[in-house]
Amino acid sequence: MFVYADNAATTSISKTALDAMLPYLTENYGNPSSLYAFGQKAAEALAEARQTIAACINAEPREITFTSGGSEADNQALLSAAKLGERKGKKHIISTAFEHHAVLHCLARLEKEGFSVTLLDPHEDGVIRLEDVEKALREDTCLVSIMFANNEIGTVQPIAEIGALCRSRGIPFHTDAVQAAGHMPIDVKAMQIDMLSLSGHKFHAPKGVGVLFARKGLLLTNLIEGGGQERGKRAGTENVAGIVAMAAALKESCANMEKDNARIIPMRDKLFTELSKIPHSKINGSLEHHVPGTVNMCFEGIEGESLLLMLDDRGICASSGSACTSGSLDPSHVLLSIGLPHEVAHGSLRLSIGEYNTMEEIDYIIETVPQVVSYLRSMSPVWDELEKGLRPHLI
Amino acid sequence: MALYSEKVMDHFRNPRNVGQIDDADGIGEVGNAKCGDIMRMYIKVDDASQTITDVKFNTFGCGSAIATSSMATEMILGKTVQEALSMSNRAVVEALDGLPPHKIHCSVLAEQAVRAAVKDYYDRKGIAYNPEDFPEVDEDELHDHCGL
Repeated sequence: MFVYADNAATTSISKTALDAMLPYLTENYGNPSSLYAFGQKAAEALAEARQTIAACINAEPREITFTSGGSEADNQALLSAAKLGERKGKKHIISTAFEHHAVLHCLARLEKEGFSVTLLDPHEDGVIRLEDVEKALREDTCLVSIMFANNEIGTVQPIAEIGALCRSRGIPFHTDAVQAAGHMPIDVKAMQIDMLSLSGHKFHAPKGVGVLFARKGLLLTNLIEGGGQERGKRAGTENVAGIVAMAAALKESCANMEKDNARIIPMRDKLFTELSKIPHSKINGSLEHHVPGTVNMCFEGIEGESLLLMLDDRGICASSGSACTSGSLDPSHVLLSIGLPHEVAHGSLRLSIGEYNTMEEIDYIIETVPQVVSYLRSMSPVWDELEKGLRPHLI
Repeated sequence: MALYSEKVMDHFRNPRNVGQIDDADGIGEVGNAKCGDIMRMYIKVDDASQTITDVKFNTFGCGSAIATSSMATEMILGKTVQEALSMSNRAVVEALDGLPPHKIHCSVLAEQAVRAAVKDYYDRKGIAYNPEDFPEVDEDELHDHCGL
């Protein structure tokens, strides 16, 4: 059996998205900047896509900037807010220790340029507390950037509360909503979000296309100079087909959200319930504040990469916060940020499911994971010591 | 291209000599759970000929940690303990048709696990050896890769 359970990494393109984009790869290949009617057809498609996407998050079309994806949107959001802050002599940024690297590495760069950055630690449940944000605010804070939902452990942050706090202090608030868009309701007005990043391929659009929402009046800084596309804020001929597909995919995901989640959540919960029966396992991240599809667990005495390779051999695509899977050799910064010891964080597994998964596939995962965990434990000297009481169990 | 060579995957999927030896003549354990890899090597030695007559391993770690352990056991089985000491991590890497650069430390661990088992054998039997053959493992260098 082949089971794709890594939807937080990327998703397949939906038929709706593919059908919507195909004409713009074939007959309607015009450049939206061209004057003639053939080019204007593409321009109209862009305008419609902008409107559709704006409607999905309750924004205005002119507040939508198309980018190459979530990372570009995050970079542009952070650098823009930093630039605006700098002009007013405000050079302090608040974010969290478990952001995506698109945010963390961008903040590291800003730090080198003289900004001071406060990274808040989530609590053990993987949720940032509003009071921690409030305590960290300073006179010179020019940006708060806190992700909507964490990509590894799936925990959802109190976005509306943080939005209200920032708005009341007049501080721009950015959220990386890459894991939430298309899977959870987003309302930038009600949640008082000033900037928001999303990425098409996380909700069944193609890779290489994303959005930066920036509230009216918030001046963006260009990352790419060139032509006047995107109101002069993002040069380069638009990825028309990708943008059209993204709009179609987001519209579909939002329209079907309730129905899809009613199927996904019971599958996710079955994974949690059944895989928790593995002795000395641990669920990472609060179940109360959780995206529908992501499951993250640790299994003591084993290492994540060997777990993934064995699951791959059995047809299951999954992911791990293990050091060894990433090329960097540290275990996941996310798992460390919620207080897991190194040796436990190495044994993590992330399964992320979507509306295309079936209960049969979930049952196959539930049958396979315990077998692989117990096989790897049987050859693990760490497990041997845990079992003999020579080493204390940490979970 | 796949992350690992076919040989690595073969030794990962079908590791040779997995297990423990209850009456081992030497046991060596190296690595650190915090860094995500620990290898434990058991050897049985024929005292007269100094030949390794049995070898088993237990490993906690990634695919290449398991594969290098497995390969190392194959390479020293039937060899004398002196020959086992001359097995380099490079030889293990070559026998596996290569490892990705950030996985080379797994082969270093495998070499050190063998050395540690032989040293334990010498210590248990009261056999004199040149301490220079068993330099102290530089923990900092070994764990450099995991940021501890």
